[in-house]
Amino acid sequence: MSSIPVKKDAGEIGKANKRKYILEKVSGRVFLFCALLSVVSLLLIIGFVFYKGSHPFIAEGYSFIDFLLGSDWVPSEDKFGILPMIVASIYATIGALIIGVPIGLFTAIFLAEIAPRSVAKIISPAVQLLAGIPSVLYGVFGLAIIVPFLQNNLGLIKGQSLIAVIIVLAIMMLPTVVTVAETAIRAVPKAYREGSLALGVSPIGTIFKVVVPAAKSGIMTAIVLGMGRAIGETMAVILVAGNSLVIPTSLTDSIRPLTTNIALEMGYAFGTHQEMLFATGIVLFSFILILNFVLARISSKGGN
Amino acid sequence: MRRKLKIGSLVLCLSMILAACGNDSAGDETEASGGNVHTLAISGSTSVGPLAEKLAEKYEGNNNTKIEINQIGSSAGITNAINGVSEIGMSSRELKDEEKESLQETVIAYDGIVVVTHPSNKVKNLTMDQVKDIFTGKITNWKDLGGDDLEIVVVSREDGSGSRDAFQEIVGYSSGELIKSAIVASGNGNIKTTVATNKHAVGFISFEYIDESVSPVNINGVEATAENVLSQKYVLSRPFLFVHVEDNLTNEGQKFIDYILSPEGQAIAAESGAIPVQ
Repeated sequence: MSSIPVKKDAGEIGKANKRKYILEKVSGRVFLFCALLSVVSLLLIIGFVFYKGSHPFIAEGYSFIDFLLGSDWVPSEDKFGILPMIVASIYATIGALIIGVPIGLFTAIFLAEIAPRSVAKIISPAVQLLAGIPSVLYGVFGLAIIVPFLQNNLGLIKGQSLIAVIIVLAIMMLPTVVTVAETAIRAVPKAYREGSLALGVSPIGTIFKVVVPAAKSGIMTAIVLGMGRAIGETMAVILVAGNSLVIPTSLTDSIRPLTTNIALEMGYAFGTHQEMLFATGIVLFSFILILNFVLARISSKGGN
Repeated sequence: MRRKLKIGSLVLCLSMILAACGNDSAGDETEASGGNVHTLAISGSTSVGPLAEKLAEKYEGNNNTKIEINQIGSSAGITNAINGVSEIGMSSRELKDEEKESLQETVIAYDGIVVVTHPSNKVKNLTMDQVKDIFTGKITNWKDLGGDDLEIVVVSREDGSGSRDAFQEIVGYSSGELIKSAIVASGNGNIKTTVATNKHAVGFISFEYIDESVSPVNINGVEATAENVLSQKYVLSRPFLFVHVEDNLTNEGQKFIDYILSPEGQAIAAESGAIPVQ
């Protein structure tokens, strides 16, 4: 840096420009390559999962309907039905939404509208840190605290249950819901609040009648993203779900969501069993695709 | 049935290819090093596999032999040994009569499985029939077994696990018969934690995982000890077998088996949690 020449003749400047130009082009290519990498990964993953997962239905004569609606999963006896897992995944996600969304939404409202700056300064980083905790630690927390609590204090015969999964997932989706909803609420123009307050509406009334409706699409996005988090979570769930193969009929039943079925059995599976686990992945993937589709619809609506 | 055959033949083809690859690479090495490296192909049980890997690692260091181990399941390993695809097959189940006709077997170690309950559980002894009734859901309360009036919570390993297969085979029920509400945990440690924290629970784990956090149950009045396994009084155990066809066994193969049965080999077996033969 100290040896910058004071004077340059034309030739040198031209050379420097050329070098710059090449550098521009090369970095452009590098960035393109990086961008393509994620697209290629996506295609490879989709291709691989669908190729492996569709094989039993195409080449081995299994029925996809039986796979979706069958209630028995006994790989060693050639029975592959994932209805209990689909139901379990849906129940767990809905349950987590019922607990997690109100808490997350109220936290977001509190942070954006009500909390004094000093309080928000403590809560906001805490929520964000929650997002950074590895999911297996949520599972360990669930296994060490929530499961024994359910057993000892609520008298459940086994703490590994739907309710344990719901609690863990609700906590896990909080950071997503809070962060996205808070941003949406903060983006509501100040004039809305001032107008409402000037008309004599109380601050809380303003929040619920004016601010939240105005931030609706952002809040919906928060909920859908939270849902995606809940339905795809594996490591935390595998420890607290119990992984029983029943269609859950109560909150105290132990359940096996789609994700844990794959994680639990992939280690030992081979042949058709393994392919059926990939097929389970396809179903899970379809759920995520639907969620993303809904999300795209919401954000496009929000834009209008 | 036809599908199973298909899988079987697929496994066979695969292992043939693998074995062929193994030979190729061994050939390359021979050319490269100029020495005479023999490749010993072993395939079979995923339960015996880890132990065999450990033994092979120690053995390869001191001998001019390359050992290829493929963990493809007991039955596939036995088939491979009979067909000569592998020189030695590994099995974690007893041989069937028709298999015994063509194969020589060597017990290299034993594996014991223990039924465990919460330490507060008063039930300390079960018969095999009772164990079966518990895991298939015919007995659902500990009071029917002389314990407290508590519902039984069954904890099992996941489908495909070697320990689960062995347990089910010895006790005599199939995966489909396992009580549906059973908690399924991956790994011995996970089962132990689940049982240790739930006074309703009953599960099964390997010998080496037993400690004071869970209470081992005697089977037919026999305590789960290594001695009782060796004297065959304790029934919840299985042999780890190396099987081979007499004519196919090379000197190197014989040497490896001798090494496993030597005090050094048996010490490694004990170290990795199996019960030594002597």
